[in-house]
Amino acid sequence: MTPLVTIRDLDKSFPGVKALKKARFELFPGEVHALMGENGAGKSTLMKVLAGIYQKDSGDILIEGRPADIRSPRAAKDLGISIIHQELNLMNELTAAQNIFIGREPKRAMGLLLDEGALNRAAADIFSRMNLTLDPRAEVGELTVAMQQMVEIAKALSFKSRVLIMDEPTAALNKAEIAELFGIIRQLKAEGVGIVYISHKMDELKEISDRVTVMRDGEYVDTVPTESTSVDAIISMMVGRSLTETKTDVPDLSSHDVVLEVRNLRRSNAIQDVSFKLRKGEILGFAGLMGAGRTEVARAIFGADPLDGGDIIVRGQPVTIRSPQDAVRLGIGYLSEDRKRYGLATGMDVAANIVMPCLRKFLSLNMVLRARAIREAARSYIKQLRIKTPSDAQEVRFLSGGNQQKIVIAKWLARDCEILFFDEPTRGIDVGAKNEIYKLLNTLATQGRAIVMISSELPEILRMSHRIAVMCEGRLTGELPADGATQEDIMRLATRRHSLMADSSNAAIGGSTT
Amino acid sequence: MTTIVEKDSRAIARSTVLSQGAWQKILAFASLIALMAVFSIASENFLQSDNLIGILQATAVNGVLAVAATFVIITGGIDLSVGTLMTFCAVIVGVFLTYWGLPMPVGIVAAIAAGAICGSISGTLIAKMKIPPFIATLGMMMLLKGLALVISGTRPIYFNDTPNFSMISQESLIGAVLPFLPIPNGVLILFVVAIVSSLVLTRTAFGRYTFALGSNEEAVRLSGVNTDFWKIIVYTVSGGICGIAGLVIASRLNSAQPALGQGYELDAIAAVVIGGTSLSGGRGTILGTIIGALIISVLTNGLRILSVAQEWQTVVTGIIIILAVYADILRRKS
Repeated sequence: MTPLVTIRDLDKSFPGVKALKKARFELFPGEVHALMGENGAGKSTLMKVLAGIYQKDSGDILIEGRPADIRSPRAAKDLGISIIHQELNLMNELTAAQNIFIGREPKRAMGLLLDEGALNRAAADIFSRMNLTLDPRAEVGELTVAMQQMVEIAKALSFKSRVLIMDEPTAALNKAEIAELFGIIRQLKAEGVGIVYISHKMDELKEISDRVTVMRDGEYVDTVPTESTSVDAIISMMVGRSLTETKTDVPDLSSHDVVLEVRNLRRSNAIQDVSFKLRKGEILGFAGLMGAGRTEVARAIFGADPLDGGDIIVRGQPVTIRSPQDAVRLGIGYLSEDRKRYGLATGMDVAANIVMPCLRKFLSLNMVLRARAIREAARSYIKQLRIKTPSDAQEVRFLSGGNQQKIVIAKWLARDCEILFFDEPTRGIDVGAKNEIYKLLNTLATQGRAIVMISSELPEILRMSHRIAVMCEGRLTGELPADGATQEDIMRLATRRHSLMADSSNAAIGGSTT
Repeated sequence: MTTIVEKDSRAIARSTVLSQGAWQKILAFASLIALMAVFSIASENFLQSDNLIGILQATAVNGVLAVAATFVIITGGIDLSVGTLMTFCAVIVGVFLTYWGLPMPVGIVAAIAAGAICGSISGTLIAKMKIPPFIATLGMMMLLKGLALVISGTRPIYFNDTPNFSMISQESLIGAVLPFLPIPNGVLILFVVAIVSSLVLTRTAFGRYTFALGSNEEAVRLSGVNTDFWKIIVYTVSGGICGIAGLVIASRLNSAQPALGQGYELDAIAAVVIGGTSLSGGRGTILGTIIGALIISVLTNGLRILSVAQEWQTVVTGIIIILAVYADILRRKS
């Protein structure tokens, strides 16, 4: 069988960086081929070359055995190559069908008027081919992220795509939605579409992919069949060394002071009667499915969003937090899951970002910046957290996800916050950097900082937490001690939906409530 | 390019820092020099010291306004009211000195305070009431234009009773010390405003927050910074500088002209943009803005010397703005 795509000895440089060095890749029709590697390994660059977004410096790309010169995204589309980016590119105010056929709308009345009927029928055809129930006239902004992703896939199929590149397609999806996506991937596979699947999630790769190609530092490492290769083997290929995933020892914290207590936190449906305690030196894992209300709780305590009611007690004192400013004054820091949007001023340099919450400490006359002190502080954090940057004056947008995350952490360390909320601290971060973040979290806890770690990755929760709180639909559905907790225990609590509970509530009366 | 990677990491940092701020300034400065070269070849009158001083004098008002606009534009906002606010402040100083006969320092303080208060109102509308800057300052622009006419009774207010007032802009403090350099005080004020503003933007916490607001406001808020407060301060400072511009123009015309002012905001924004400050915020320099203002003045002056009709001067200025921004985009791409 001729491969759909063959890439040989592809080189690509950016100013100052050699992004791809003799990269190789191969994709057969009907194959789901996972592309793996740490951030900065060159996966996205390679796929962007294939999709015509970047131009190769040298090397060959063969499409069905014939050399192809892919000069633009349009040329790639003509060859049947589509890419679905991690960030979806849809127009929220238009309908699903209008999005799919943007720029290629069917016309009537001699091309003067749009033919909405034909447009919707064509979209409906594609949806039925995908086995997807979706009204083509639904406004995209009203759809869930998962459905929006389906619209992107439908759009790719409308170009008669034979090669579909998916970059981290499940980053924002919950379990049920992932299952739905995988159903559609299998459908496409059966039709002979070749799929390149970029993801960091090992369990997904195991489930969906046929082969795995691993890249490291812009170079091809190996291609292996998924079934006969262990996750550990893939990871060690990615990082070039083997990692030991050891569970944190849970320290005895019963004698430690409670630094943060939250009672009956409420806001409409998003937060329903949430109460918990956090001790000095503790890592409290917040588990749950996407949209369970964990981020909402963290943001509300931090003063970023308003509350309807509830008490917040910091170090024994009841407090009112109306803005992030109040929270920071009380020594509470929040590290957002969306670093670029909420965590960093990416156009500013490393030093400016690190000192942002504590600029007051670096002023003379309460006004003038002490540039040298700022630089020295920044450098000490760069060293301490091993942030990989050419200097403290580098703009943050040029750094990798892991290093950006370290800068956000440095920000809150510089502010000397005692209570830290980490919202998905390792999202979009490669395996090697993940371990460094884990080590850092442990160090912070040992130093006596109290940490709430929100994570949707169960292995991460189980590995890091001293205690686990689980949320579902805005309510705290349970608390588990970290010792002996299993993924199944957590999932049971995370899916304990209120609507389902209502039926069994009578049975539960008198039972244990956590 | 691989050699760069091998170099000392600190050297890379320095070179990137240099290429970011300095590039645009070099580009703008080079075009300023080129323009002046062209005009001096085309006309021998251009490089006469009287003419050069005239250019500086003409830059003073627009330059000060452009500095005011730079603060706001760096935060990612826009201020359409700088021109009419300037006029409003000029009218205020006219009322204080001519109508009420108060001493000159009181009038000066009143003008700057009036500017700052109006600026803080714009800032409050934008930061607290979440009205988009374009709309809030458009409203302020018209409101202030009307108020200036109402307060002055639609007539110019002359400063004939306070002969010293014209010294603010017209006399030359530098010329008194260095007779060969008769730079008018208006220009001196521009340079002082520019230098102080530049130091404030680069060396103070306020300046840092100004850039940070334009770079990512939400991230700054979540860092525990009171973003609303700082935004109001930015507009307040900008308004105060407009007050200074009001003093300069009133002093130069020896009168407060209430009908003047509209249109100045566009010249000011043009100077800021030509100087390489990004309209999307987060980036910009005062030096760039001053060079931008000078380019506009040199262009106007040079074309006038060459007897190009005023209509055509406007056409050329428009083309220059587009070219300047396009050059900036090209530079960013490469």
